[in-house]
Amino acid sequence: MANHSTSTTKSKFLQHHFVDSDQQFDAAKMGMWIFLVTEVLFFGGLFAAYIVYRTWYPELFTMASEELNTIWGGVNTVVLIGSSLTVAMAIKSAQLNQKKNIAINLGITITLAAIFMVIKYFEWTHKFHLGIFPGKFYAFDGIDHPKANVFFSLYYLMTGLHGIHVLVGMGLMIWLLIRSLKGDFGSEYYSPIEMTGLYWHLVDIIWIFLFPLFYLID
Amino acid sequence: MDTAETNSTLKKIQVQRFKPESDPKETYMTEETGIWSWLTTVDHKKIGIMYLASITFFFFVGGLMALMIRTELWTPAKTFIEANTYNQLFTLHGSIMIFLFLVPSVPAALGNFILPLQLGAKDVAFPRLNLLSYYLYLTGAFIAIFAILNGGIDTGWTFYTPYSSTTGGAVTTMTFGIFVIGFSSILTGVNFITTIHKMRAPGMTWDKLPLFCWGLYATSIIQILATPVLAITLALVAMERILGIGIFDPALGGDPVLYQHFFWFYSHPAVYIMIVPGFGVVSEVITTFSRKHIFGYWAIAISSLSIAFIGFLVWGHHMFVSGQAALASMVFSFLTFLVGIPTGIKMFNWTATLYKGSIDLKSPLLYIFGFFFLFLVGGLTGIVLASIALDVHLHDTYYVVAHFHFVMVGGMVMAFLAGLHYWWPKITGKMYNEMMAKIACGIIFVGFNVTFLPQFVMGAQGMPRRYFNYIEQFQPFHQISTVGSYILGFGFVMVFFYLVKSLFRGEKAPANPWGSRALEWQVASPPPLHNFHHTPVIVNGPYDYHKPMEEFQLGLASSGNGHGESNVEVDSSDEEQIHAE
Repeated sequence: MANHSTSTTKSKFLQHHFVDSDQQFDAAKMGMWIFLVTEVLFFGGLFAAYIVYRTWYPELFTMASEELNTIWGGVNTVVLIGSSLTVAMAIKSAQLNQKKNIAINLGITITLAAIFMVIKYFEWTHKFHLGIFPGKFYAFDGIDHPKANVFFSLYYLMTGLHGIHVLVGMGLMIWLLIRSLKGDFGSEYYSPIEMTGLYWHLVDIIWIFLFPLFYLID
Repeated sequence: MDTAETNSTLKKIQVQRFKPESDPKETYMTEETGIWSWLTTVDHKKIGIMYLASITFFFFVGGLMALMIRTELWTPAKTFIEANTYNQLFTLHGSIMIFLFLVPSVPAALGNFILPLQLGAKDVAFPRLNLLSYYLYLTGAFIAIFAILNGGIDTGWTFYTPYSSTTGGAVTTMTFGIFVIGFSSILTGVNFITTIHKMRAPGMTWDKLPLFCWGLYATSIIQILATPVLAITLALVAMERILGIGIFDPALGGDPVLYQHFFWFYSHPAVYIMIVPGFGVVSEVITTFSRKHIFGYWAIAISSLSIAFIGFLVWGHHMFVSGQAALASMVFSFLTFLVGIPTGIKMFNWTATLYKGSIDLKSPLLYIFGFFFLFLVGGLTGIVLASIALDVHLHDTYYVVAHFHFVMVGGMVMAFLAGLHYWWPKITGKMYNEMMAKIACGIIFVGFNVTFLPQFVMGAQGMPRRYFNYIEQFQPFHQISTVGSYILGFGFVMVFFYLVKSLFRGEKAPANPWGSRALEWQVASPPPLHNFHHTPVIVNGPYDYHKPMEEFQLGLASSGNGHGESNVEVDSSDEEQIHAE
């Protein structure tokens, strides 16, 4: 499973309770996958709520979806998929021991994530200007449906929770960037990059579901 | 066993016997001392003990609330507290007992301590994450206490909407506290699953895994799959209160039954988080004290997993009268009956293990016998409640209260106490007073039955749960129940005192006071800081009582790398240092 070398010299990052770095790497990877399962279920509750309300008010969802800007949503999708590619390239660089490329790829990923968040910011503030607030603060009369607030409550909750995950991922990658500039990572030891990469792919996949469910249904 | 010639995947390793020290000079308690080393420790044993101290504290807080509730119910009208205080008390009793005591009791406290020892590992896979889990638990508990002092909660532990999204008090704070505790539970689950998969000692194949580990494994699966749903549900309730998003509030276009679906999707499996690790304890204790191989190893291991699996498909039985579709109710009712099958398999296998065993009726086994009786009643009344027609009559009565107390207290608390008594010598290195332990077990058993058997009767007669006032015909039942709760409370206090006393005055415990074959008993009591000075090698199953003790104390002869080899052939003939005892 582990692509890195299985040399017998002990890495300085090997924790005391593991026998070798292979065991440490395998354990970390498995733990991360299990954690991702919990993330799927965490979002799963919101997706279930989405399914229920879409079945109840199908016409509302098609109407309200027109308020969302498909172009910018599409740009964000491309940006996020691109960032998944660059984070995968960072892992590959680590495996090939190209220490400089690790930092470059991480830097690009962080920039793309920031672009995503900036676009998201403009989307949200634009809606706030129109009076589209979540829940009881909803004050927009452009949609002729008594439950229009429900759609936007779900929209804000799901994209908001996703946005928090993007911010967490950015924080993690800034930490990785600093460590990679210190030269901590190479083909011997790169599990933090691999784990963050897995997390980042999940954040990407959740967006790939959110985008069509909210933007493309009209 | 195959030889290396016939099977190339087998690897020859040399082992020797490592007898546990009888009077260890250096233990995990004597190395790294001081309060700061405890607070920052990543040692699973110390974290387990910190959990144990915390859950004991919350158990007594929750227990005190139970006694106040029972005292208030002595008379049909007000006895000594206001109705509003009473509402807060039963909410807090439920929340504290479930989220702060039962869920972490066996997995986080005993499991943390025992799991790596049973696997032959130096620690859990992610020791720092383990410490983080503990602090998340503590943070969540503090937030919950803050919520209690700052407004209180009167929704019941289930936080049903729309009441919970509209009532006053500190519901938002409380749900946030439970949200944080939930993450503690999730991270413990992630940690344990990885530990069981990746940290087993050489030779410990899946069929040699102790059943306590199987129990923790099944529990962890439930924790990682169910708890995130609770987290998002409680976050939605908080959002509902802050932003009025209207997901659950019918006045805003939402659906309160959706909340119940979400809540019980977690909380029904959570019931099994609270009982399946207890099953693991039962298997360990019963084999040790009957000196016999477990009857039906795989049946018990797989039934834990099937309970975890079926547990995810039965949440609708909490909603038979909530307006869900009649067809859904029928399906959920049928699936609920299915839970009886793996549970029954376990009960029969445990009984068969005792048959013709060399039974030594020490206090841990006595607690397990208490468990058998009480859990049987709890389980069978569960079948009654799963029947739709009966449930419509019994729903939200004291019958339900008695049922889940028989399962949770009669089942899990008894199993927890059995485990605590069983592993106490290992954890502390001290023996408790055996006679006192037996007397306390008897008092708890009697007190428990006096408290909860009358509740079945009055529940069947129609006494609703959670009521402050009641009609006079129920008064004798309530009074018997209240007297029983005092006996029960006395029993628990007694356990607390003789266990604490043993810390100071108890005899030194030998490494293996019960003559068990399990791996955690093959190290000194209390264990060394990193559990094993050697790499343990497993050749027999944990319940092979027909094999001699020396075969259970093997370790790698050279300090090499023996981990990660699932197929090892042990050649102990060369360096054998086995002596007859």
